[in-house]
Amino acid sequence: MSEIVLDGVTKVFDDGYEAVKDMNLDIGDGEFMILVGPSGCGKSTALRMIAGLEDISSGELKIDDEVVNDRSPKDRDIAMVFQNYALYPHMTVRENMGFALKLAKVDKEEIDRKVSDAAATLDLTKHLDRRPANLSGGQRQRVAMGRAIVRDPKVFLMDEPLSNLDAKLRVQMRTEVARLQSDLKTTMVYVTHDQTEAMTLGDRVAVMRAGVLQQVGSPGDLYSRPRNLFVAGFIGSPAMNFMIGQIDGGKLKLPIGEVDAAGVAGAEHDGRVIVGIRPQNFEDATIVGEAKEERGIIFEADIDLLESLGSDLYAYFHVETEGIQSDQLADLVASRLEETGAAGLREGQEQVVARLEPTSEVRRGQKAQLWADTAKLHLFDAESGERLGE
Amino acid sequence: MERRDTRDYAVWSIAIALVLLFALIPVVWLLSISLKPPSEVTDGRFIPASFSLDNYKSLFEGGFSNSPFIKPLINSILIALITTVIAITLASFTAYAIARLEFPGKRLILAGALAIAMFPPISTVGPLFDMWRALGLYDTYPGLIIPYLTFSLPLAIYVLVAFFREIPWDLEEAAQVDGATPFQAFRKVILPLAAPGVFTAAILVFIFAWNDFVFSISLTSSDASRTVPAALAFFTGESSFTEPTGSIAAAAIVVTIPIIVFVLFFQRRIVAGLTAGAVKG
Repeated sequence: MSEIVLDGVTKVFDDGYEAVKDMNLDIGDGEFMILVGPSGCGKSTALRMIAGLEDISSGELKIDDEVVNDRSPKDRDIAMVFQNYALYPHMTVRENMGFALKLAKVDKEEIDRKVSDAAATLDLTKHLDRRPANLSGGQRQRVAMGRAIVRDPKVFLMDEPLSNLDAKLRVQMRTEVARLQSDLKTTMVYVTHDQTEAMTLGDRVAVMRAGVLQQVGSPGDLYSRPRNLFVAGFIGSPAMNFMIGQIDGGKLKLPIGEVDAAGVAGAEHDGRVIVGIRPQNFEDATIVGEAKEERGIIFEADIDLLESLGSDLYAYFHVETEGIQSDQLADLVASRLEETGAAGLREGQEQVVARLEPTSEVRRGQKAQLWADTAKLHLFDAESGERLGE
Repeated sequence: MERRDTRDYAVWSIAIALVLLFALIPVVWLLSISLKPPSEVTDGRFIPASFSLDNYKSLFEGGFSNSPFIKPLINSILIALITTVIAITLASFTAYAIARLEFPGKRLILAGALAIAMFPPISTVGPLFDMWRALGLYDTYPGLIIPYLTFSLPLAIYVLVAFFREIPWDLEEAAQVDGATPFQAFRKVILPLAAPGVFTAAILVFIFAWNDFVFSISLTSSDASRTVPAALAFFTGESSFTEPTGSIAAAAIVVTIPIIVFVLFFQRRIVAGLTAGAVKG
């Protein structure tokens, strides 16, 4: 049994910066909880407070119903994997993994046995007598995990453990982490800025922004019912598209056409809304079946750019819409602009990404008939950015 | 390209040879004088006409009680070692705190240390002489060790702060999470990684204490605590009419040996890149 409860946990640094604001989170026994958010959102600080490496300014942190605010890291029975591994360079892999047990005065045979077991699980047996300097990035990463698992702690904390690996290794280690957690059934808190990692690994995902917890839920939950603009824009890849819509007399007017508001969740009241639509909810109108065609709209778009990934085809086009003013989206938009290089858009235009079937015949620089699934629209309050409707 | 490499190599070799020559000529000269028989010491030849170990023998003649050299040598070794151990212990704690913690007065401590290191030692000799007489520290080991610490601690602190700052803080946090107390983390993780710095600082402190003349000549009055550099000044010749040049040269050669041993011994431990592989990058 090892349950973690954060009750109004707040972190204010000496310079007055509030890194984590009134965080409430229950992490169940054996649960794999992901803290995700852009850099500087306070996720690492939250993790470090759980570890005891950072003081808690106010609020309570409980592990197994015991308040541990004032306990030092060594008395919390937690293991942590650091972003840069933090292996002890003067010790061999074996000594690195056994260090915690040695400090705990476990007898030598027991240490040897546990280290060998963990090494076997992580495929490190051959490397036990080498030093970290002589290991590859992936091996170091595994040693860091091995150091955590030999202890059989109450809780595993992982601070972006995969961010230093190259893309291929990262995917491989991701499955490794998932396997480990399901084998060990130990409570795990995992911090990442990568929403793909968050979606694929976690039982539940907690999205943070600017020190505030935005939404906690299963990956599916976050994807299909994001609570606000930030979560909507952060979860999902490519990210959700946003445009301004106007509800007027039972009609929802969008830059790409007009929809019957009755069929859209949250469109009860007249007024301006921000409308989100995922790239997956577009299709080439010439391909989409008739059955689907009925619950959507067909519109014409100038295709600016096409990206073919083989299995998917991403079409970039733009719509005429007034600028979306929301600080929730500000940082997301900035980072997305970097990724997609959507420079060259004039004021009053928003870039939209559509995922199409690879068989589609749309061409770059030409007009194309696209279909949008209006049953899957997400509506957000234009002022607060909160989700409208269920 | 190859020709240029060869030329560079030649130029560098000559430059290094010149520096070595410049540094070693006095040592070789001392060696030469120390190996001459007492009667030929003043013959002005660079290479002795005949070799003799008489000068070395004279140093140790009379055994422990009568030799003018043995007791000072022991004093030198003990005082330098004790100074080094105390200085390194204190400096490593201080440097660790300065490198790791934010506390009021941190800059003041560093600035103060630097100021003391720059202070001319000779200006403290007079007051110390009076104080030590009053306190009973005159002509004792502590009477020398204390001023040596005053001047070597700042140096050691500076060297160690630089090394401690290089060690990733993550390692210490990892140790804490692994169940180490702050002191265990310091002793088992930080200190071994700072070993090159510790040895560097140790060498510097040892050499400072070993080479000191000013304090030793002023704050001692007998072989009870007089160190070799000061004792050399009290060497006497065969008779009151002969200069003890030969024995001084021999003593100078002998006292150089521990320094060389000390440096060679620790130099092997100053292995660069010991921290490689701790953290990525």
